[in-house]
Amino acid sequence: MMSTAPDTGGNVMLLVLLLLPVLGALLMYPLRRNVPAAKGVAMATALLEFVLVVVTWVGYSTDAASSGERFQYVFSVPWIPAFGTHLAFGIDGIALVMIALTAFLVPGLMLFAWAEKLPEGRTASGYFALLLATEATLMGVFTATDVFLFYVFFEAMLIPMYFLIGRFGGPNRQYASVKFFLYSLLGGLIMLASLIGLYVTSADQLGAGTFTWSDLQSIAQSTPTSTQIWLFLGFFVAFAIKAPLVPFHTWLPDAGAEAPIVAAVLLVGVLDKVGTFGFLRYCLPLFPQASQALAPLVLVLAVIGIIYGALLAVGQKDMSRFVAYTSIAHFGFIALGTFAFSSQAFAGATLYMVNHGLSTGMLFVMVGLLVARGGSRLIGDYGGVSKLAPVLAGCLLLAGMSSLALPGTNSFVSEFLVLVGSFPREPVATVIATVGIIFAALYILWFYQQTMQGPVRGNAVIRALEAGGAGGPGAMIDPSVAARRGSGFPDLTKRELGVLAPLVFVIVVLGFFPGPVLDVINPSVQATMTEVGLPDPVPAGGLVGGVR
Amino acid sequence: MSPTNYLLLSGLLFTVGAIGVLVRRNAIVVFMCIELMLNAVNLSLVTFARINGQLDGQVMAFFVMVVAAAEVVVGLAIIMSIFRTRRSSSVDDANLLKY
Amino acid sequence: MTAPPEVLPAGGAASAAWLLFAIPALSAVVLFLAGKRANAWGHWLGVGSVLASFALGVVIFVQTLGVAPEQRTTEVSLYSWIASGTLDVDFGLRIDPLSLTFVLLITGVGSLIHIYSVGYMAPHAAGHGADEDAHAEPSSDSSRRRFFAQLNLFVAAMLVLVLGNNFVLLYLGWEGVGLASYLLIGFYQDRPSAATAAKKAFLMNRVGDVGLAIAIFLLWLELGTLQYAEVFARIGELGGGTILAITLLLLLGACGKSGQFPLQAWLPDAMEGPTPVSALIHAATMVTAGVYLIARTNPIYDLSATGRVVVALIGVVTLLIGAIIGCAYDDIKKVLAYSTVSQIGYMILAVGLGPAGYALGIFHLLTHGFFKAGLFLGAGSVMHAMNDDVNMRHFGGLGRRMPITFVTFGLGYLALIGFPFLSGYFSKDAIIEAAFGQEGWQGWVYGGAATLAAGLTAFYMTRLMIMTFFGEERWRNLTAPDGEAYHPHESPAVMTGPMILLAIGSVFAGFVLSAVGLNQWLAPSLGELEESTHGVLPHAVVPWLVLAFSALGVLVAYLVVGRRPTPVVRPEPVSLPVRAARRDLYANAVNETVIERPGIWLTRALVFLDNRGVDGLVNGLAAGLGGGSARLRRLQTGFVRSYALSMLGGSVLVVAALLAVRFG
Repeated sequence: MMSTAPDTGGNVMLLVLLLLPVLGALLMYPLRRNVPAAKGVAMATALLEFVLVVVTWVGYSTDAASSGERFQYVFSVPWIPAFGTHLAFGIDGIALVMIALTAFLVPGLMLFAWAEKLPEGRTASGYFALLLATEATLMGVFTATDVFLFYVFFEAMLIPMYFLIGRFGGPNRQYASVKFFLYSLLGGLIMLASLIGLYVTSADQLGAGTFTWSDLQSIAQSTPTSTQIWLFLGFFVAFAIKAPLVPFHTWLPDAGAEAPIVAAVLLVGVLDKVGTFGFLRYCLPLFPQASQALAPLVLVLAVIGIIYGALLAVGQKDMSRFVAYTSIAHFGFIALGTFAFSSQAFAGATLYMVNHGLSTGMLFVMVGLLVARGGSRLIGDYGGVSKLAPVLAGCLLLAGMSSLALPGTNSFVSEFLVLVGSFPREPVATVIATVGIIFAALYILWFYQQTMQGPVRGNAVIRALEAGGAGGPGAMIDPSVAARRGSGFPDLTKRELGVLAPLVFVIVVLGFFPGPVLDVINPSVQATMTEVGLPDPVPAGGLVGGVR
Repeated sequence: MSPTNYLLLSGLLFTVGAIGVLVRRNAIVVFMCIELMLNAVNLSLVTFARINGQLDGQVMAFFVMVVAAAEVVVGLAIIMSIFRTRRSSSVDDANLLKY
Repeated sequence: MTAPPEVLPAGGAASAAWLLFAIPALSAVVLFLAGKRANAWGHWLGVGSVLASFALGVVIFVQTLGVAPEQRTTEVSLYSWIASGTLDVDFGLRIDPLSLTFVLLITGVGSLIHIYSVGYMAPHAAGHGADEDAHAEPSSDSSRRRFFAQLNLFVAAMLVLVLGNNFVLLYLGWEGVGLASYLLIGFYQDRPSAATAAKKAFLMNRVGDVGLAIAIFLLWLELGTLQYAEVFARIGELGGGTILAITLLLLLGACGKSGQFPLQAWLPDAMEGPTPVSALIHAATMVTAGVYLIARTNPIYDLSATGRVVVALIGVVTLLIGAIIGCAYDDIKKVLAYSTVSQIGYMILAVGLGPAGYALGIFHLLTHGFFKAGLFLGAGSVMHAMNDDVNMRHFGGLGRRMPITFVTFGLGYLALIGFPFLSGYFSKDAIIEAAFGQEGWQGWVYGGAATLAAGLTAFYMTRLMIMTFFGEERWRNLTAPDGEAYHPHESPAVMTGPMILLAIGSVFAGFVLSAVGLNQWLAPSLGELEESTHGVLPHAVVPWLVLAFSALGVLVAYLVVGRRPTPVVRPEPVSLPVRAARRDLYANAVNETVIERPGIWLTRALVFLDNRGVDGLVNGLAAGLGGGSARLRRLQTGFVRSYALSMLGGSVLVVAALLAVRFG
């Protein structure tokens, strides 16, 4: 059988998307002494990248995707002919929404990091270079259609993120970054073993080994299930660590807490999605029988994650760890949808990846804004903030409502699709997951009440107010005095509003008009269903009226 | 001819050299024991060359000699400089390079 | 069961029905985003948006009245909201008699309460109203703007709830009103009790929402659609067990939103919100959403007699619980809150009676909307006059001081206890008649409990009236909680106006609605009302029985409360039933012991497990590797001769291995 990957280039758009941030990151070096210029160049790069992604989105044809074109913007040249690897890029709807999320978040994060106080001896140019490098690796990992190339990007992602956490993070950053790196590397190496196994399998079946995704997919159904299970497990462990699923999750709270906020947003919002993206792109289509055979295992982990993450979130004392644990609960929903094998659940899981990136990204940003004012990450150090900074409190509430999937926010659509799509095949897991929405409300409202409601209190708030001149040491804080302009705990500045406004807008608009995103996702989801080889559990007209 | 005696001698010389390396502390003596081991090997190489009627073994022995000569140059230089700084040629005194 | 009427596309004004909720929603967005700039005019924008919505509602109503009953069920599809695979959730509206009835109730009562709030929430209104807020807020203008934004948000969400033509849109409104309720209960944010009450309300509602959500999943699995029209047309294809499961799950949702047993505990706590909120959300509209849900899904309930019995029993239990607890509280708003719990119990009982009761439930819902909103606004007016005090033991003799409040409140009171020919008389008696109209034990249990609760209602409301408006002026010798002396006064016209209108509604709504034929109007949505002819008690007897019980309640209240001075401090100790009622019949205690405490314990245990167990395993592995390496490192002693020994040993081993392989 001939390789389906063309060997002569193709559409260079994705290559541009990949190389542009690299170029921007490299430009940071000559500009390292000129910080304002470096920031400007970085921001310009990120914005240009975003514009290019929008152009890509506009050019993406959902009709072509519906009529069976698996990837668009295809580009492929041979890389290492001896191994059959290609520099092959292409996107389907799922990858498209993920790169769109990445490109959407990065400029906002740069704006957030614009005036951030960095650790001693670190420069903003290095910081921004690492952000751009992360963006580049993310573009690569989502657009690669060669499994080996994907693996390279999968590991390459670690490098800038390791430095972001290890050089720019909180007090315990060394520990967190090493833990993050080792965990991810371990998963990656297990995946490498599976990758080689996959290559050998393809060599057996096709005559010549290949890493091209489409070729590997074409032999998926004919690979024996026992082989599939071993190969699946290799990929699964890597993705489960990356996602992360319980019990591979303990690196996330440390990394999420110690990373600087922008890195935490990219880490939890996008980089972790590579795990769930990997489930959908690699585990399911390449090992369909194994995925079905092992789905009960994954579902158990997913459901445990939903409840466990939620309960742990309530028990946290640190705001960043709190957000990290809420994410673990959310990843449970994504995994549930991914292994429920229905087009609604797949579409929901994909949309959930995007929405979680937005809502958790916003939650992290809110945490960052609080820390910027109070200088402490402890929940107990804040209280009654809504009196001092009502706009900040309102934004936090909106982010929280999105996180608990209130209808009218983006997350509802995805959570609803995941649950409604999972129910037909997995009623028990779905019912438990649905009970999880009570816990979601619990942890968000608990957090909001602790930090925002009630009388003004908490060490961080009171210290900040005292420093702002609202009262002497030990004085009772009079909030009406403290809320004056220029107080120690100010409301959002214009720059901060600039960071939040696009997020707020997208969160609300996607809640009511998810159509454009779903239109892009749906054809690719249908393609994945075909590759898995299962029909939708609910035919048109439902179980009682439908014709299968 | 029978190689037995030659090989026995070679083995004996090697053993003497090896024990010398292990038990003696003086760097010079250790060094000479190493030479002894090298030459024991040379002897067996030459013996086998003679038995097989080929020159390979003898050529190899020459190589060993050349390497040994080079090694002596470097090794003695090191021993000299250690002796100059520490006033001792005991190999046990030079144990800084450890865990 | 009658076949559901044909659904026609909406025309005329009805095709613009989306404006009904879009206008208040837009107003809410403007008020949120405009910030301080809108402080001066924001509240009028809020009032205006709801009034505009009401006007549009009236136009659509008149237009619908103009067509034949079988053409009154219309739909308008706006766009496809959530679509994937075979799932396609429409953002579409259903304009039919039931939804229009609710639209008029929500926007009508909503407008009155918005107007009232302009006065009630006025900043620095003689140090009252938003009193506790006035100290803490940077500017009470801001807080009033925020209040109106949230109230508008509520109206919009509630309208989406009743107008949606599918279950997901219902769910959108359902949780939307939950958010608005959360925000408004916690409106006085610096009160920890308000924040806790808001959180409690949201959480208990979410418990119900889980039921609603799972019902939706089940419907979609079985029928492949979530549009009302298609679901109702094909619901008969389902098996009995599935239908029963759906009815019970929907009932769980209804219990959460409507404060029904066993999820009733949040509603009284919700009185932490400003009083207009209690009137609009926690009396007239949002809490009746459960009744709406069951009435709306009547084709499903029609098919499950067991499901209906459970509904009716929940209603019976709740109406008794509410009435009993209402007798024991001294907090005027909490008494009214438990009264609401009890009255919604009546409505749930009514819709649990099936075709004999759907319309009666909605009827009582409407009259209750008038008189309970009026009562709450009256209570707000009293609080406004009494420095935000809610303890009735501090009141007394207020009737002379605030005549308008007294008269309007009194009319609401008479309507609630079912005084002949006032609103409550028509609606509540009809429910009790229908309850007695059931066969066998059901008739006795439903009817008996409803009659008993009518007597209890008369008791606690009379007690409230006497303690508040009659008797000695106990407040003269007291100091208000805020440290000022009480200076009771009548409220401004902007507040008394809505109270007067609602009082008029309380008096005439029942008569008018039954005269114009509410039941026939609702028939296209709810089916024809079945008159039960043979029950356990003849219809002629029931009104007299109810009247007798109510009179007895009033009399007992007069004897117990009215004839002797009311102690200013709550008497302790009291008999066991009173103690139990004061503690909400231990509902909170049960929640606390069964859910809250174990939950906290479980959370702590899990945090420990995660840090020490799961993470401990990982860190232990790392520590083990590190420790092992540290030990292995010790082999590097620095002694050249030991290295030489190990090299020799290694060489010997290699040679031995070679020999073993060669000759072994």
